[in-house]
Amino acid sequence: MGREPDHAGIAQRTRPDPAGGTAGAMSAAPFLVGNGAGFSGDRVDAPIPVVRTLVARGLPAALFLEVLGERTVALAQLERRRDPELGYEPMLERLLAPILADCHRHRIPILGNFGAANPPAAGRLIAALARRLGLPELRIAVVTGDDVQGSIDLGALAVHEADASLPADAARLVAANAYIGAGPLVEALRQGADVVVAGRTSDPALAIAQLLHHFGWAADDWEKLAVGAACGHLLECGSQVSGGVFWDPGRKDIPDPADIGFPIAEVTAEGGLVVTKADATGGVVDLRTVKEQLLYELHDPAHYITPDVVLDITGCTLEQLGPDRVAVRGLRGRPAPESLKVTACFEGSWLGEGEVSVAGPNALGRARATAEVLLERLRRRALPVRARVDLIGVASVHDSDDGALWRGYDGPEPPEIRIRLAAEGTDRGAVDQAAREALALLCCGTAGTGGARWRVTPRILTRSYLVPRALVPTGVTLRTAREMN
Amino acid sequence: MPGDADETIEVPLYDVAHGRAGDKGNRCNMSLIPYRPELYPVLAEQVTEARVLALFAHRGATRCTRHDLPKLHAFNFVVDDVLEGGVNGSLNLDGHGKTHSFRLLGLTVRVPRALLEG
Repeated sequence: MGREPDHAGIAQRTRPDPAGGTAGAMSAAPFLVGNGAGFSGDRVDAPIPVVRTLVARGLPAALFLEVLGERTVALAQLERRRDPELGYEPMLERLLAPILADCHRHRIPILGNFGAANPPAAGRLIAALARRLGLPELRIAVVTGDDVQGSIDLGALAVHEADASLPADAARLVAANAYIGAGPLVEALRQGADVVVAGRTSDPALAIAQLLHHFGWAADDWEKLAVGAACGHLLECGSQVSGGVFWDPGRKDIPDPADIGFPIAEVTAEGGLVVTKADATGGVVDLRTVKEQLLYELHDPAHYITPDVVLDITGCTLEQLGPDRVAVRGLRGRPAPESLKVTACFEGSWLGEGEVSVAGPNALGRARATAEVLLERLRRRALPVRARVDLIGVASVHDSDDGALWRGYDGPEPPEIRIRLAAEGTDRGAVDQAAREALALLCCGTAGTGGARWRVTPRILTRSYLVPRALVPTGVTLRTAREMN
Repeated sequence: MPGDADETIEVPLYDVAHGRAGDKGNRCNMSLIPYRPELYPVLAEQVTEARVLALFAHRGATRCTRHDLPKLHAFNFVVDDVLEGGVNGSLNLDGHGKTHSFRLLGLTVRVPRALLEG
């Protein structure tokens, strides 16, 4: 098909070429930063209304997708071991297919860490998709250098943070990636990339890079970079700033939680920042949603460390400018850290889980007895596992391994309770045997036991290091979809 | 009969504030944000580090630090060693501890009745 599909159904507009964009003619107009994904597993149709809105605004804009959690890259690395052409974000094609043509036509670059453990393979997938969509001239930049497995001797570095149970075993290393900053992403945009495919980056860098490139901000303009970091931080979790994990029926209601609009930031050359969201969607952007996300996964509010700037939000103020529009002011920045964080992921132990349900009269008594019997079975069989039991519906996620809350529960009897056994160990067979004790309850359990499920999954352990920037050289390779055939 | 202006009433934090939890390793952070800015000093006085630490004592939490954000009318509680080893090591269904914001919101405070109304 030679025709460019227009999935957003928006009339074509003339927009400035971001590839040529630095400060100057465009500096008066805000730049729009859209987010279309906040984690691997997010709603795959979320980017569509964001792109539709960016196109309708007719302002210079870019879109970023953040899909790489701390351990996601390790799972992707395991995929790549199985198949050298895998190891990138599994939903990549579903995410990009509906928006790629519109973004290309309207010159909205797409940046993402969706390359995960294999940015070159992700680049090839996007190239093939672009050719199918009739976009052979799509320019795809692949950013490499974050994967430091083999290039850095981790054993020679001081450990920054580590899981307590992590054995020091290099043979079990799965992935080692540096959180790279905006630098190589800016370079990709400077070269004219329509899509920037990265692996591990700091999440805010995906927004900071757009702003550094568009406005030509200096890489040591800490006040401006602080705005970029806050923009990235507020948007990087997608709907979390526009109603996701915020809505609470009857208390904090939002319109149409089945279609929460993903966020868009309006940023000016002077460092003005307004958070809003996609048009004609559900969700809400207000002082409450922005405060919750501003503090999300933050420790010391004066020191939010990114590779590009250290953000201080202690002087931050917010103002509701209108429906779904919040201005963020008073951000301060301090110089970027000397070193980069590298997170290494190791094969860990095995986790076994088994569950059964009870319901109706004496559900609580039967559930408690079932829990004790499960633990007694593990003791009698002397299985080498660490185990816990939860009574879902009584106490589970807030409980402790010794079941302090469900053992001490003296409230009313719930109509249904699900009993969950979790067991961890280094011997997969023993973990599987432990989990199957829940299955055995289908015949050996209390009266009216049903709904057994069990599974065993591998675990990943992480350890992080601080490494000198010079040890993490990055590269950018830009080619068109046609050239990548 | 309405009480006098100084009357206080005991309520769960849930009635006067909202918040969100996140993780980093074996550490959990929880924001606590009063719906009304006038309640910020009330919560500052009553929702102490010690009380929040006690809320997670059964989980082996070792330390709680409260960061105050008076300009945002918000608090950030950082609780150490509360995630049973963190998402990679915990046997908990919620290894990230994202549900903990609602444990915090179950804590009770005494607030002026006048600030509950309207």
